[in-house]
Amino acid sequence: MQRVPFWNYCVFVAAATLSIGYARAQSHPAEEPMVAEVSSGHAGGRLVLAMRSEPKTLNPVLAQDAPSRDVIRCLTADLIHINRGSQKTEPALAKSWTASRDGRQYTLRLRRGLRFSDGQPLDADDVVFSFQVYLDEKIDSSERDLLVVGGKPISVEKVDQYTVRFEMAQPDAAAERLFDGIAILPRHLLEGAYRKGEFANAWSVSMAPAEFAGLGPFRLKEYVPGQRIVLERNPYYWKEDGSGHRLPYLDEVVFLFVPNEDTQVIRFQAGDADILTRFSAENFAVLEKQQAAKHYHLDDLGAGLEYNFMFFNLNGVDPKAQPEIARKQEWFEDKRFRQAVSEAIDRDSIVRLVYNGRATPLWTQVTPGNRLWVDPAIAHPALSVAHGRELLRSAGFSWKSDGSLQDSHGRPVEFSILTSSSNAQRVKIATLIQDDLSKLGMNVQINSLEFHTMVDRLLTSHDYEAAVMGLVSGDADPTSEMNVWMSSGDTHLWHPNQTQPATPWEAEMDRLMQQQLVELDHSKRKRLYDRVQEIVADELPVICLVSPNILVGASDRVGNFHAAILDPYTLWNIDQLYIQ
Amino acid sequence: MTHRHKLWAALALLVCLHALVFFAGFFAPYDFAAQNRDLTFAPPTRIHFLDAAGNFHARPFVYGLKNDPTSADGYAVDQARVYPMRFFSRGSAYRFGRVLPSGLHLFGVDDPGRLFLMGTDAFGRDQFSCFLYGGRISLMAGWIAAALSLLIGIIVGTLAGFYGGWIDQILMRGGELFLALPWLYLLFAVRAELPLHIAGWQVFLLLVAVMGLVGWARPARLIRGVVLSAKERNFVLAARGFGASDMHVICRHVLPQTYGVILTQITLLIPQYVLAEVTLSFLGLGASEPIPSWGTQLAALQQYYVLSSFWWMFLPAILLVPVFLLYYAAADALQERLASVPL
Repeated sequence: MQRVPFWNYCVFVAAATLSIGYARAQSHPAEEPMVAEVSSGHAGGRLVLAMRSEPKTLNPVLAQDAPSRDVIRCLTADLIHINRGSQKTEPALAKSWTASRDGRQYTLRLRRGLRFSDGQPLDADDVVFSFQVYLDEKIDSSERDLLVVGGKPISVEKVDQYTVRFEMAQPDAAAERLFDGIAILPRHLLEGAYRKGEFANAWSVSMAPAEFAGLGPFRLKEYVPGQRIVLERNPYYWKEDGSGHRLPYLDEVVFLFVPNEDTQVIRFQAGDADILTRFSAENFAVLEKQQAAKHYHLDDLGAGLEYNFMFFNLNGVDPKAQPEIARKQEWFEDKRFRQAVSEAIDRDSIVRLVYNGRATPLWTQVTPGNRLWVDPAIAHPALSVAHGRELLRSAGFSWKSDGSLQDSHGRPVEFSILTSSSNAQRVKIATLIQDDLSKLGMNVQINSLEFHTMVDRLLTSHDYEAAVMGLVSGDADPTSEMNVWMSSGDTHLWHPNQTQPATPWEAEMDRLMQQQLVELDHSKRKRLYDRVQEIVADELPVICLVSPNILVGASDRVGNFHAAILDPYTLWNIDQLYIQ
Repeated sequence: MTHRHKLWAALALLVCLHALVFFAGFFAPYDFAAQNRDLTFAPPTRIHFLDAAGNFHARPFVYGLKNDPTSADGYAVDQARVYPMRFFSRGSAYRFGRVLPSGLHLFGVDDPGRLFLMGTDAFGRDQFSCFLYGGRISLMAGWIAAALSLLIGIIVGTLAGFYGGWIDQILMRGGELFLALPWLYLLFAVRAELPLHIAGWQVFLLLVAVMGLVGWARPARLIRGVVLSAKERNFVLAARGFGASDMHVICRHVLPQTYGVILTQITLLIPQYVLAEVTLSFLGLGASEPIPSWGTQLAALQQYYVLSSFWWMFLPAILLVPVFLLYYAAADALQERLASVPL
């Protein structure tokens, strides 16, 4: 399935080019637009969106923050794209591709006759240039890691004006997905800056719109610091709707800078913004009441990919430097202790009290929203304080007369849970856990710290005992979580950057993650990743708690609004949105 | 003589307030951490004297609550369940005056009935109990920080005023440095560096101590001013003429002159630091869950849905207004009284 080179609707496109294309092939080949599966919609109108902070840059290679990425996604395009609706890959700037039998070589054929938003043509040189920039160690793009497969960067080679060949050191099961989000850059605009070593300064937010050109549905029109960024329709965009009308439908997209969620909610409610992406269940309840009166509708898309969990510090900390933590790790390292904690946590209460019921309880890292990878066989042990106490007793713990828990040396079981003070939901989760664990006789403190301080303690100084956190990957494929589940990964939260796997089950997870990376058969990969989920549910390096539902809202004026559970939730089909 | 009455009235009310807070365990019907997960954001319970049939009951009673998705706040009164109020009832354990273990509460209702005078929060905790217990942290923060500030202020101000010259220069320039210090950021930094395994309330006390230590400059300036004028008074000059030591002159003749300033400063600084605690907890830097404070109670109002959906969440904020007014009234009356009494 992975190697099918053509998608059905490409055939039609190829036929169209045969008749008129050849004569002008060298200078102006006829355009090969992609036909999107959309027929309703009409041109014109402006869409207003609110974003939480200003984009820091419009340089796709350097952007790391969500607002920058949201804007850049409207301005640029990639070769192969992950359809956020189906969670599968589809052709984009590349009209087709073939993989070699060993899965190490990919040959991509570009659509002919495409133009950047400034009218200049696109060809293989732009693609080679783009990958050269993304792979440049001096540029230090966060995407670079993804393009290093089997320890070596992907090699990129121009075959002809419209064909590019990519070669990897080892087969990569998710190779097609690597291309998603790698924006193709205009060589004619950026090569100069790149050669002069000034690429890092190129395409700042405050550049003149004429300096920018991309292949996305929109192009830059205006940036007003502190207020808004305005995009206008790209007349050269390469997609058409079913009736031959060139997309996008919208004339303008306006991103307003609105600093926090509550203000966004108020402005959406007032009709100042047309779309509201990701907000709390409490605000959902507030907005829900006025849906009809204020002409908007809300959607609860069910579980997204975010998973919230609690975990203990399993780093090999130095008993001399951090004696307190090292002493408590005797408890944390005992699987029965972690199981007792997991069984005493009332996940349904978290769903109800923290998320107003708009969340799903979890026992492993893959959420029900990840339809292709969720393992329905994972056990859901029931809430049981009694069984938790039994487990603790078998692990040598006992209870004092006042009900407090003590270990086999008679030391009271007390520990602290770290959370980020800026995330009200996680502080609430920790408060519920604190109360739940008191039923086991554990005395739990909550420390809510500023986010960066917390991350520093978790990943660098390892100066913590337990923490409540959440992770969300950009893609549904397990490859995007390599850095979490590999013991050498830097997001292997409970014990990051190990040189050797510390436990047999971490060694097994390493092996499984490596195998699934190179296994090209989907059902075999699925079995491998199912086993990883089983290990997580059984060994509990992270005690998975809950996955919040993706909540979105849109004004009734917005047509073709189909939000997805993958980032960018509501704007993934912005080229098809229209104003009714 | 009205200002005297005003002073005594304000002081009496302040004593009552502090007694309420100090004996929170007795006056609060529930433990501050007790969660009622089925009664989150429940409105204040109505106390009835008349039943559904219109009969009068000398002993007031409350009705049970049931979930009702159709009503505005999600709850409906269940008239089938009647819980008479009990006075001096037995309930959750606490330490009377923080010493004697006790389970006696001023009032309460039988389980599973609940009496929430000020409604409940997101975890179904009784807001009234939290308000009383929260006062412990908030008022303690005010007192400790004010005491620290004043202590340092008195020492520094007296030394600077009495000796003058380069000592005065160094101490007062140092004080200006502290005045210019952005204490909020200092606290963020201190909070980030504290070890984790010290309890939440210890963290909190440390933060309060930092606040108090940073705040000494203003009282020091005021006291220096008083000392400056006091040391030129004839009786002080006379004492020095008789060969009294510096220590004797400061303690017997100069410090008593500052007594008025110190008293008014106390009544002004305490509410100021209570407010600082409220700000800190509002920003998530204060006492950690589940220990309540007035600031954490206000922090719930940061969320739009709380603000727009549950009016009783404003009650702690509204109650704080008279608390501050009392302190300022006391300060005001003190000042008037001191102005009318010749020193």
